[in-house]
Order: sequence, then structure tokens, then C-alpha cells
Amino acid sequence: MGTQPSPAPPPLALVEAAKSFGMVKALQGVSLELRAGEIHALCGENGAGKSTLVKTIAGVHQPDEGHIEVDGQPTVFAGPADAQRAGVAVIYQEPTLFPDLSVAENIFIRRQPLGRGRRIDRSAMRAATNRLFARLGVHIDPDRPARGLSIADQQLVEIAKALSFDARVLIMDEPTAALSGIEVERLFAVARSLRDNGAAVLFISHRFDEVFALCDRITVMRDGRYISTEPTAELTVDAVVRSMVGRDVTALFPKQETDVGEVVLDVAGLTRTGVFSDVNFSVRSGEIVALAGLVGAGRSEVVRAIFGVDGYDAGTVRVGGTKLTAGRPAAAMAAGIALVPEDRRQQGLVMEMSVERNATLTRRWALSRFGLLWRRAEERAARTWTDRLQVKAGHLSDLVSTLSGGNQQKVVLAKWLATEPHVLIVDEPTRGIDVGTKAEVHRLLSELAGQGMAVLMVSSELPEVLGMADRVLVMHEGRISAELSRSQATEETVMYAATGQEQEGSAA
Amino acid sequence: MSTPVTETPLEEHGGGDPRSSRRLRQARELGILLALVLLVVITTLVNPGFLSSQSIDDLLLGATLLTILAVGQTMVIVTRCVDLSVGSILGLSAFAVGTLFVSFPSLPIVLVALAGVLVGAACGLVNGTLVATARVPALVVTLGTLYVFRGIDHWWASGTQINAADMPEEFLGIGRTSLLGIPLPAVIAVAVVLGAGWYLGSYRSGRELYAIGSEPQAARLSGIPVDRRVLGAFIANGALAGLAGVLYAARFGTLDATVGTGLELEVVAAAVVGGVAIFGGSGTVYGAALGAVLLTTIGSALPILQVNAFWQQAVVGLLILVAIGMDRLLAVRTARRLRGGESSGA
Repeated sequence: MGTQPSPAPPPLALVEAAKSFGMVKALQGVSLELRAGEIHALCGENGAGKSTLVKTIAGVHQPDEGHIEVDGQPTVFAGPADAQRAGVAVIYQEPTLFPDLSVAENIFIRRQPLGRGRRIDRSAMRAATNRLFARLGVHIDPDRPARGLSIADQQLVEIAKALSFDARVLIMDEPTAALSGIEVERLFAVARSLRDNGAAVLFISHRFDEVFALCDRITVMRDGRYISTEPTAELTVDAVVRSMVGRDVTALFPKQETDVGEVVLDVAGLTRTGVFSDVNFSVRSGEIVALAGLVGAGRSEVVRAIFGVDGYDAGTVRVGGTKLTAGRPAAAMAAGIALVPEDRRQQGLVMEMSVERNATLTRRWALSRFGLLWRRAEERAARTWTDRLQVKAGHLSDLVSTLSGGNQQKVVLAKWLATEPHVLIVDEPTRGIDVGTKAEVHRLLSELAGQGMAVLMVSSELPEVLGMADRVLVMHEGRISAELSRSQATEETVMYAATGQEQEGSAA
Repeated sequence: MSTPVTETPLEEHGGGDPRSSRRLRQARELGILLALVLLVVITTLVNPGFLSSQSIDDLLLGATLLTILAVGQTMVIVTRCVDLSVGSILGLSAFAVGTLFVSFPSLPIVLVALAGVLVGAACGLVNGTLVATARVPALVVTLGTLYVFRGIDHWWASGTQINAADMPEEFLGIGRTSLLGIPLPAVIAVAVVLGAGWYLGSYRSGRELYAIGSEPQAARLSGIPVDRRVLGAFIANGALAGLAGVLYAARFGTLDATVGTGLELEVVAAAVVGGVAIFGGSGTVYGAALGAVLLTTIGSALPILQVNAFWQQAVVGLLILVAIGMDRLLAVRTARRLRGGESSGA
């Protein structure tokens, strides 16, 4: 509320901003001040709200509460064009290029240098592009189409684009994820020179060495809330990690002790070029294994490959000793694998169908007589599982889209449990689910493991991972960077492995 | 061989042949041109009368309407939309022109022609507004307006027909006038192609149409007024369909409510054969125009080659499949080159 009595107001500030998407509160009361001549770091776990914050500053989202201030003046960014006019340039996490346009046009889209009669002056555009690349110390042909550029080169084009704005505020959302060491150094040199020229820079990264090498102040967010802002000099990596994850690990996650049996799922040397490589692990019956890591580490891609949704280039997947054919979900299902996908609305459910239809979707053939599906048989089959999972629905004939997120997830689980799988893979099983239902899902997973099912759980929620898993596999940039037993796994050890840090973290 | 091969620059990024995809696209247009020349040469060898000046005039006149429509359609398709209602717009505009001549015989021809273009632009405005505000795919919207515009046409015409006798001689003469030996409608079509090509290639808003079709999400993030641009493309396309309607009226003179029925698919076919990617982002109006000329030429050449009319449709179909196959080939090649770098992110 109270403005700072600083001599010059910051070029950009976010004041008490809140933003919700449906029931999910992505930002709550977040304030952030980007000062001229300063590089500011933003740290937080997956889902802490960093990307939402970036998109709010960039004018993509409008805050539900609070506002943006430009030079101390409350301002409304109705769209990205407004933010650009205010001098805000953004490098997004995912490159946002136009594959069909040339590199030069990608950089100067909407701002192409004009010649006579407001025609685009292509040679001026080419020259300006070459100048930008020279500043970055790289050479990319300005006339080639962006299609076919490697991810690193796409990122360099994005950086050149941000540079071309002569921005007063530069936002970089994990710009270094795809860059090599030299390119990162060049990017940092550019960021520093922008800062020295009085620009405000916001830098988001999961790599703490970069954050500490580059930034002047560090702001930590957690669960959509603002936690702290401190000068880098007064912080250590440990302190930042602690405030990133520092929430209570409640006793919500009752994993029962089980008898661990035979290896059911065995994955060896699984590789998909450029996505994940040499992934080895096994899951035994009665065991819950968590696959932890940051968004984009390749976890969902691994489980999709195991289930056969995507193909892979090398490696084997065995279920109960039998090798599965790559790229065949039907074979995986026949072998007893079930996959509860990450995005239940898109991949897990047919939203326009009834609860019972959804719940029996995997057993259409088993339930049909003479090739026809009888409504009564469907309802009976659906009833057994929806009762067991305590799905709260008015009628089983209601559309599944009318259920709450938690109950939708139970329907997806019911659908797959009806196939009586040996291996249950759940991808983010409790995302966007209220606390009560969350506990139920956890109880259920634990019960299933107790009955001898092998459970592989992909989760970005550390408390869930720590509470549920017998073993934790941590992925970092497409590889398994650590395998931790239940006793070894703590918020810190998992977080270090997920960010690719060395085990002993106390930085000087 | 005397010049030494220069070393590739130290930091050449990207790998592969940087201009291969552009070259491939130009090769595509050259390919169509080649097919066209080949077709004409073979047909002329079989029947030397094919290249008589009367026949060329017929060919050019025939290709005129399709070319103009294909140019407009291209502007819409590059934004990842499509306009299936162009046949109905053409019909509506043609009938409007005829009706104006019947009701106000003294109106200047230019004014009537302008009215025809405006009718088309108004239809385009309806299409574009629906696409932009209803957030329904253009395919569905324009499939709807295809029938709506046709329905209006039927209601308006209510079974009547306008004949050449109802229209002034000078207007009907447009089709027979020639400029430097080229029929006036063909000159208009060439002007439309060049104008649209110039606009799409050299103006910011033209390039933004490509950007929108190439990656709609990124277009919004870049602050491109996506809805306004798409609306503009639909209006331009409607206006061109209206212009085609005017030329149709001038050329054929006989107008009823069924004029232009079924034309839309031929137009889309011409654009696709001409290398306009159906998912937007690439393709030129020059290619689309060549596609239109090629399809028209096939239409008049095959009977001379004594090919059954059935095969004519099959040939067009085959051309479309070849065109799409080439798009696919390009996409697969690029994807293969991209592998190793691409991660599908969360």
C-alpha cells in the first residue's frame, strides 16, 4: 500500500497483485519492485506462481486485485502491446517464435524498420539483426526461417529480440535452460551491461549458481505468495532453498508399511533423443516410487514412453519379465499397466460423457454382450468402483464435467483400477485437488500398494513425494540425477538433485 | 573450382542448409509453373489449335475468377483460417450487380461494380466478426455462412433470372475489352495478384498475417492485434469475392441464385496446389494464382487430350494429394532436423 520514499520510483512494480484461474489461486497479494540498475532474481518451486507473475507484468494476464505501477504511476496493461510500449521486454520460458518467418522478422515483428511508403526495409532489418547477433557474439543467418533452429538458437533469437527493444525492464523466465556455458556467459554480460545502463532486469532460474553470480537481490515465492526479498550478499543457497520449500510437511500422507515383493516394472536404458536419456529404474510390487523433479525435467515424457503413448529410441520396458513393444499403449494395457495422465481434462476424461461411461471406458469390450454395450452393465460396473472410491456425484449419468476436480480424478482412477492393473502410473495425481480429496487419493494409493500393486507416481509436490514414496527418483534435464531411499529423502536433498546441484550445498 | 572454398564461420548456428526450406518453397512455385508449361506443350502438340489466340483468351478469362478468389482465400488461409463461403459471396454480389442494373439502369458502371465489391466486403465482415468474437473455427463459421448467404440469394432472387439484355452493353463488354492484347478481366486479376503479393510481402500488417497463422499464441504474446488482423483478412477476401462476382456478371450475363455454387472447394484446391499451407503461416498469392491457372488449364486441356471428364476430377484430386504430400515431407524433414533439440516441455 504505502509507496517507498525512494528518490526515483522504480520503473516497474507489482503491488499486492492477486490472480486466480478458476479455483486455483496462482498469485495472492504479491508485491515486487524492479529497480533501475538492478538485476533481481525470482526463485520458487514449480507452481509457486513465477510464470503467472511474469505474464502479469507482460500484460498477458490482468491481475484480479492489485495493480502494476510504471514509474510509480498505477497503470493497466490491457495486453502485451501495452507492456511493450511501457518498455517491458520478456523472454519467455518457452520460445515464442514464428517458425515460418525469417529470423530477422521474428526479432522485429511489429517493429520492422520501414522504408519509403511504409514498406519494410529488409536490408536495414537484416543489418540490425546482424548487429544484435554481433552483440551476443553469435551468428545466425537473419534470412533463414526460424523453423529448424535448435532450442538454444531459438532462445538466442528471443534474447536478441528482447535486446532490440532497448527495454527499460527486461524479464527473463528461465532463459538459460537450453544454453551452453559460453552462451550463458554472453547472456550475463548483456544483462549486466543493460543493468549498468539503468535497465531493471528480472531473472528467473532454477540454477542457483547463476542466480548468485548475476543477481543483486533475490525474491522468493511459494504457493502463489510472496515470501521474502533479500540482497544476495546476505543469502546462501541453503537459505533460499529453505524459504522455497519451507512449509509444513503435514501428516496428511499415510503411507502404510507394505511387504515389497518381486520387480514388476523394469525400465532399462530408456532414451528418447533430446527428451530423456539412459533412464534406469525398477518398481516392485507393493512399492510406491516417486519420480520427482522440476517441470520440464522429462518425467511425464518418461511415463508416457513407458505406457507407449510416445515412442523411444533405445532401451527396454519389461513388465513381469516380458518386454513391451514400444509405442503401443494397447500392449502396455494388456501387460497390466495403467496410466493416470497429468492432464485429466484433456487426456484422462471425455468431459462430455457421463460418469459411468467414463468409468467403464477401459472395459468396453469386457462389458459388451454380442458387441453391444448395455447401459445396465455399464452402470453396475461403474457403481462398484465409484462406490469404492467414494466418488461424489449426483447420478452416475451426470456429465463428468459437472464434478469437482477431485471427484473427476477419482473417476479417472476408477476407470484404470477397473482394468485390475499390476502397475499403476499416476502423473501428478493430486494437482488442483482440494486437501480433503488429496488425502483420500493418498490413502487409496497406499491401499493399492498394500494389496501388492506397483505404483509409480510423478509428482511436483514435495510433501506428497516425501510422505508417500518408498523410494524417490529425481530427474534433472532428462536424466535421473539421484535415487533416494525414504530415509534419505528430504526437501533439501530432493531439491538439490532436481536443480542439479552438488549434494553438499553450503555455499560460501 | 579455382576459388578456394571459404571456411564456414566459427559460430554458424542452426546447422543444416539455412535456406533449404525457402528454396523448397520457391521450388514448389517453379514446379507448378513447370507442370503448367508441360501441360500446355503436350496439349499443343496433340492439338495445335489449343494455343490459338481465341483459346488463350478463353483460358485467361476462365482463370480470372478462380485466381482472384484464390488470392483472397490465401490471405485467409495464411492466418490459419479458411473461408468456405466465397462461392455464395460471389453469387450474392453478382446478383446484387444484376439487380442494380435492372432497378437503376442509369447508374454508372463503376458505381455498380463498387457496390458489388462492397456487398462482398460486408459478407466478409460478417464472417470475420463471427470468427473473431464467437471463437468458433472459421471452417464451421463459414460453412454456416455458405448456406446463409446462399439462402439470402435465393430469397432475393425468388426464382427469377437476370439476363444479358437487362444489363448495359458497355458492362457486358468488359469481358471482351482487351488491354495490350490481354483481356481486361485478366489484367484486373494480375493487378490483384501483384497488389496482394506486394502487401503481404512488404507491409507490417501483411507479415503479421503470416505470423498469426504460423504461431497464434506467440502472435498474441507479441502484441499483434490478432482479431483485428483476421477480421481484415476476411473483409479483403470478401471484397475480392465481390469483385469476382462483378466480373462473373459481366462475363456471363445470365444470373440466378445458383451462381458460384460449389466454387469454394475449387478455390481452396487452387490455393493448396499452389503451395499455401492449409494450417497457415506459409504460401504466397503467386503460388495460389499459379495453382488457379493450372487447375483451369487442366480443365480445358484434358478434353482436348480426350481424357474423360471423370479423370479430370481425379487429376485435380491427385494434384492436391501431391501438394499436401510435399507439405508433409517438408514438415517431417524439419522435424527430423529438429530432433535432438526439441523437448515437449511439461
